[in-house]
Amino acid sequence: MIPDMILFILLAIVAVTSALGMLLSRSAVYSALNLVLNFGTVAVLYLLLGAPFIALAQITVYAGAIMVLFLFVIMLLGVEQLRKGSALPWQQTLAIISGLLLLALTAYVIFIRPMTLPQVSPTQLGFGTPGAIGEILFNKYLLPFEVTSVLLLVAMIGAIVLTGKREPKTKT
Amino acid sequence: MSLNDLLVNLNLIMPITILTAWACVLLLVDLFIPKERKGITALLAALGLLVALALVISRAGVATSAFNGMIMIDGFATFMSVIFLFSGLAGIAVAYDYLIRSGIERGEYYVLLLFSIVGMMLMAAAADLIMVFLALELLSIPLYVLAGIAVPRPDSEEAALKYFLLGAFASGFFLYGTALVYGATGSTALTEIVSATTSGGVNLSFLVIGAGLILVGLGFKVAVVPFHMWTPDVYQGAPSSVTAFMAVGAKAAGFAALLRIFVLAFPPLAMDLTPVLWALAAFTMIIGNVIAIAQRNIKRMLAYSSIAHAGYIMMALVPYGQGNVAADTVASALFYLLAYMLTSFAAWAVVIALEHNMGEGRDTDGLSLEDYSGLGQKQPALAAAMTVAMLSFIGIPPTLGFVGKFYLLRTVIEGGFPGLALIGLLTSLVSAYYYLRVVVYMYMRDGEPVVRREPWLYFTALATAVGVVVLSIFSEPLFNWASQAVLKLI
Amino acid sequence: MIPISYYLIFAAALFCIGLFGVLARRNAIAILMGIELMLNAVNVNLISFWRYATPEKINGQVFAVIVFAVAAAEVAVGLAIFISVYRRRGTVSADEIDLLKW
Repeated sequence: MIPDMILFILLAIVAVTSALGMLLSRSAVYSALNLVLNFGTVAVLYLLLGAPFIALAQITVYAGAIMVLFLFVIMLLGVEQLRKGSALPWQQTLAIISGLLLLALTAYVIFIRPMTLPQVSPTQLGFGTPGAIGEILFNKYLLPFEVTSVLLLVAMIGAIVLTGKREPKTKT
Repeated sequence: MSLNDLLVNLNLIMPITILTAWACVLLLVDLFIPKERKGITALLAALGLLVALALVISRAGVATSAFNGMIMIDGFATFMSVIFLFSGLAGIAVAYDYLIRSGIERGEYYVLLLFSIVGMMLMAAAADLIMVFLALELLSIPLYVLAGIAVPRPDSEEAALKYFLLGAFASGFFLYGTALVYGATGSTALTEIVSATTSGGVNLSFLVIGAGLILVGLGFKVAVVPFHMWTPDVYQGAPSSVTAFMAVGAKAAGFAALLRIFVLAFPPLAMDLTPVLWALAAFTMIIGNVIAIAQRNIKRMLAYSSIAHAGYIMMALVPYGQGNVAADTVASALFYLLAYMLTSFAAWAVVIALEHNMGEGRDTDGLSLEDYSGLGQKQPALAAAMTVAMLSFIGIPPTLGFVGKFYLLRTVIEGGFPGLALIGLLTSLVSAYYYLRVVVYMYMRDGEPVVRREPWLYFTALATAVGVVVLSIFSEPLFNWASQAVLKLI
Repeated sequence: MIPISYYLIFAAALFCIGLFGVLARRNAIAILMGIELMLNAVNVNLISFWRYATPEKINGQVFAVIVFAVAAAEVAVGLAIFISVYRRRGTVSADEIDLLKW
């Protein structure tokens, strides 16, 4: 119980700090690396919650594939420096207000209103193993799974259409 | 799920299955079609849509659920599918020559269009929040790409970037809302959400905030104030044929999801959500119509007009919690969407006919109000189609827009919101100013409009305009058909 | 066991930081990173709700897996758009692309 709590607090601090780091760094590469750190710590939290498959997917898909793609594009385009915003000064104020508002609202809901979520005892081992997930994914959630595959195909076509080589147009 | 079950379920959603498979086949076939004859791809895509349309209509009246309750095939899904498939056909018709003359003709255009329609049809039939989310992405991602298909034209780039960023942002809100609803009820299936809510023991504040965030996410998609700021720029920047399809399809799909989720799953929350919906509808109608007055660019004007119409359709959602009125409001929203679809395509086909390209990498011209001067003398047919569209947008008989607005206002008053109905009526009067201004330019000013004589554009403009008028005479059976599309839990 | 509200507040904080990033940053890549952080916060919510509310049904985890896949698809398309914009303009700053123009 106590070690769990200490681990959670440590991880939460690291995750929030790295998220803030992503927000505040002036360099796109630092931003991306901070985000990788954030995804990594969140993956450990998933382990703490008893979801090893999700933790692994988080590392490989998010921290691995997606963030590498980000870094790759940042380096390819050479947009490491993020300029300070100037055009819309009130945008920042609006952002601060709306961000704080949402946080306050959530805190209010969680603390002030009584929590009626069932507090279940720790689950038996076996829930959330890759096998169990695969089974439900191919039975109850077969259609979402198939639609996801179509979605990935569409994304692939889209990326090719947008970045593919354009031959000079010959009007016929 | 065994192979046999799979086949049975795929058969239940046959129109969607066929369309998906056809889009994949078309992607391959397109490789063998020579560059200068991409019209074949367009025809094949239209053929696929027609087959799907025939299947949908032949299966009207079926009410069942498929894939373990992920999908509901019912009157509502059928009606919406017909709207989506028709807008797909019209979308191909207005794109056919426009793409050639703009030099952006590519086979992938039609393939992406088909995938987007698959997403829309899934959206109207989805009975689980996971499916709604996936359908939302499946319809949006092709549209992001299509908005940017005219790169290196600068406004098209900007439209794609803006549409993508705002769309992804909105889906973040939608997901957070879904997660909260899942946390409160322990499920994402609409039937289980409602049964958990009525049996008590759920965290209502989570549920209300979750529903609110889902509303925000879908509000971006259908462009209601204050989530509309992307609309004018995206509608103006995207290639006009894409805008025409997007203005109808994406909006109708967003409303399909809103109607299904709210009417089926969230009636117990009506106390909390009705005032929010009321305010959204009122502000959308007022702001959309007032800002449209200031627009001199026809695409921008139609963009604000589409925002205003989102407000009108939003009115139907306000009394969603009252069981006895809800059936009527859904029917009137569906009817209005149909009217909006036909009217929009009539207007956009004329806009596309007058637009001309300034050359590689340049923005387009022929979109300001002045370019419409003299259209009444030079091209009476197109001018007549545009006039019908404008009258229908305002809601003047004998057009479908009038009938649609009549049903809509009637259900809103029945639901006990006369104030909102009054705002709807007054903003319609305001809108008459900017819609009729187009008509005045066409008939009262002299000018030499540059018009493309392209058969499919003419056909779309005239067919939809005739449809708007003729169907308004036979609106009774049409509305009865929409009334059968009530949302029920299966 | 750690109370679920800790996880939920943690997720809300991540979501708000991501939201703030989207609204305050000017560079399209930075905005997209903010969106990714928001989706990440959603997943934390999903997994903790799954663990505490319905551990016997695995639907929360399945949902999280689907969110991963969709996020990947979105990023692929988004970065493709950025690249094609960058080719012509030499910038992906959202300065000229002011999202709040009337």
